Amino acid sequence: MSGLLDQRFKSGEGGVLLTTAEDLLNWARLSSLWPMGFGLACCAIEMMQTFASGYDLERFGIFPRPSPRQSDVMIVSGTVTFKMADRIRRLYEQMPEPRYVISMGSCSNCGGPYWQHGYHVVKGVDRIIPVDVYVPGCPPRPEALIGGFLKLQEKIRNSRLTEEPAPTALLALEANELAETGSL
Amino acid sequence: MTFSEIAERLAGHFSTGVILQTNTANPQPFLVVESAQIADVCRFLRDDDRFFFDFLANMTGIDNGLQANTMEVVYNLTSIPYEHNLMLKVVVPRNAEGEPLPVVPTVSHVWRTADWHEREIYDLVGIHFEGHPDLRRILLPTDWQGHPLRKDYREVETYHGIKVK
Repeated sequence: MSGLLDQRFKSGEGGVLLTTAEDLLNWARLSSLWPMGFGLACCAIEMMQTFASGYDLERFGIFPRPSPRQSDVMIVSGTVTFKMADRIRRLYEQMPEPRYVISMGSCSNCGGPYWQHGYHVVKGVDRIIPVDVYVPGCPPRPEALIGGFLKLQEKIRNSRLTEEPAPTALLALEANELAETGSL
Repeated sequence: MTFSEIAERLAGHFSTGVILQTNTANPQPFLVVESAQIADVCRFLRDDDRFFFDFLANMTGIDNGLQANTMEVVYNLTSIPYEHNLMLKVVVPRNAEGEPLPVVPTVSHVWRTADWHEREIYDLVGIHFEGHPDLRRILLPTDWQGHPLRKDYREVETYHGIKVK
């Protein structure tokens, strides 16, 4: 199966492709989602499998980067401890916008098995950074992580240029909350 | 060498009051050692050619709770050439809130591996190892409050602005 560009351009049949700036931008963003190369716990083993030849995430243009400065998406793959939380927040802040977060596995979604007695575990990574897609599982199979990426692609495909980016919206929300508690 | 032979030889070498208890009722027999003497006993067990406990396989800290009001450190020794094992225990009184931590002498100069074991026990259970070269937290962040594997540990509300519960 060949893609749109292969069908219309490389074959020499057509020369012009009409689209909107928004669609073009979304298409560019969703076609090369570069995740940050870092893993936290056993979910990271499944994530590595997904990157490896068996599941081959690179066919989606998804290819891990060694620096947050070059990354579009952060896969929080595993248990987020309080000790790691500060580092994750800093890494997230170092990523350029637009940035996306996939929360992979039960621990990162809600604390997982550490929900009740995990004194050291953040009960969901969404308590420290905004999350776009939650992938359930303990750990999720590579298919599930790929499914998460497809969901994220869908989300990006439907995003509007006029919309406020999620982090900006979140910062505004936090500022509002601060102002409210400050006035009380 | 069997447990009773080891216990006999230790009792012969050290004066009374060093080996407080010899427990053979437990599935794994153990000796309870006077806490101030633990480093001397460990050094003897390592250096004496008949014992040659060259490997500290494991070290555990236990909080026995408010009712018993004691804390324990368990030492699991192994002799790699002789293939015999020994369990030692030290029992110290538990400290109430606000009091200084219970003190046990370090064995990190006897076995280097005890360095990190003792840091872990200090971190999670809260026992101070006297003479340890670098007694810092090893797992939890340096600004963590309290020792979470204590029976009366209460979780804090927030950590660095993150809700804990």
